[in-house]
Amino acid sequence: MRPLQQMPPRSDPNLLPRYTHGERLTHWAVAVLYVALFLSGLALFHPFFYWTSALFGGGAFMRVIHPFLGVALAVVFYAYAARLWRDNAFVPSDGKWIRGMFRYMNREGEDVPVEGKYNAGQKYMYWSMIFIIAGLLVTGILIWRPYFAPSIAAPVKRSAGLIHAVLAFIMFVGIGVHIYAAYWTKGSVRAMTRGTVTRAWARFHHPGWYAKVSGKGGP
Amino acid sequence: MSLQSLDVIRRSASTSSPPQVRETMEVAKLIDVSKCIGCKACQVACMEWNDVRDDIGTNVGVYDNPPDLTDRSWTVMRFYEEELPGKGLQWLIVKDGCLHCSDPGCVRACPAPGALVQYANGIVDFQEEHCIGCGYCQAGCPFNIPRFSGKDQKAYKCTLCSDRVAVGLEPACIKACPTQALSFGSKEDMLDLAGERVAELGQRGFEKASIYNPAGVKGTHVMYVLPHGDPAIYRLPVNPEVSPLVALWRSGFAKTLGVVTMLSVVLAGIFHYMKVGPLEVEEGGREKGGRAP
Repeated sequence: MRPLQQMPPRSDPNLLPRYTHGERLTHWAVAVLYVALFLSGLALFHPFFYWTSALFGGGAFMRVIHPFLGVALAVVFYAYAARLWRDNAFVPSDGKWIRGMFRYMNREGEDVPVEGKYNAGQKYMYWSMIFIIAGLLVTGILIWRPYFAPSIAAPVKRSAGLIHAVLAFIMFVGIGVHIYAAYWTKGSVRAMTRGTVTRAWARFHHPGWYAKVSGKGGP
Repeated sequence: MSLQSLDVIRRSASTSSPPQVRETMEVAKLIDVSKCIGCKACQVACMEWNDVRDDIGTNVGVYDNPPDLTDRSWTVMRFYEEELPGKGLQWLIVKDGCLHCSDPGCVRACPAPGALVQYANGIVDFQEEHCIGCGYCQAGCPFNIPRFSGKDQKAYKCTLCSDRVAVGLEPACIKACPTQALSFGSKEDMLDLAGERVAELGQRGFEKASIYNPAGVKGTHVMYVLPHGDPAIYRLPVNPEVSPLVALWRSGFAKTLGVVTMLSVVLAGIFHYMKVGPLEVEEGGREKGGRAP
């Protein structure tokens, strides 16, 4: 018999911790809520996708739970985001990174070394979600029947409905880019599934962060 | 076939059109405000025929009872006291309720397939069994008509007695009106009748008398004869139309463009991966593979 906590060994010297248990669990709670919200919202967005309402026990029940899921997402997301905002503050080199982003995506030319835990693209994703989720929360509450919508004037509800749909659309595009970027950049997904990344990954993608957490200089 | 025999010409949130070939006569209700005495027989007839009984309310100090449309009061007499130049104090009585627009904002806004239908005869009708209770119809309606029930969270409004009309009867309110302030018939006949009445009123000193059949919603199937002309005096929207915000928000084009763009993002990811390949790092810390040849 071997003690379970030693298999596999927890402290692989080749791995660096990137996300704590708490961070990973809140991230995935947000992800699960996002998928449920996206599928239920899609049924209301276009009749072509009304069938997704069947996944929620029919249209009426879907209409009931969508706003509760939305509030839950906002609560969990902001709790998660509050832990990350320092690492997402912009630094001067971020502008340079953004200008080289398309070359980076095509794996051409020289990349711009990233100073902190996140590159500029990740930071833009972070801040756009901060604002989009706030917008979705506010506009969603304005059209939330039967609790809030009855006391809201029709012109306000019209604007809120339109803005809610546009923001949800932008969020889908943003989250699509986020998921693809994680898949494309091999070695990234494990940061969120297992909490660790390899030293080689950290040195290549986030040399500044690597130097800080490992106590070693950059490349 | 079921939609055809019902002569449904428009169905909310549907990707295909109902059968369009059959053409039936458009009907209309004409409310002649100059003949209404505010007896509320139409309100009672509506409750009777449709089997709806509102809660007993409280006296709000005016004749309006109940004070607003509800899920169980589909038509309400509204009483206004207006000081009009040259006419003195006027007591205006306006029968409020759904106008059955030719271009109904509620149908445009509704996301639940078939929860709202428009019949070929012009009646706009909720099919409550399909209603999901989202309230988009209230945002879509330029006349503030649909009301939700606290009991079932479904929307209700005047049906223009679609069940009676379907078997050749006039709506219950028409049958009950003792002064012939309400008339019902083909839309064409009702427009003729309204025109005659406006001319008559003109000779009797109501030079501004007008017909309320607003063009912004492509006409309605409940029309008014307004003796003092200006709809604003009667608290009716002067230029009602489906809000451009609703038109954009619920337009098939915008929604389809949105869906196509979302699918394009997924496709872009697939094609990017196939061309550029993954961004991998070797254990030594160098990028694997490098640039594609």
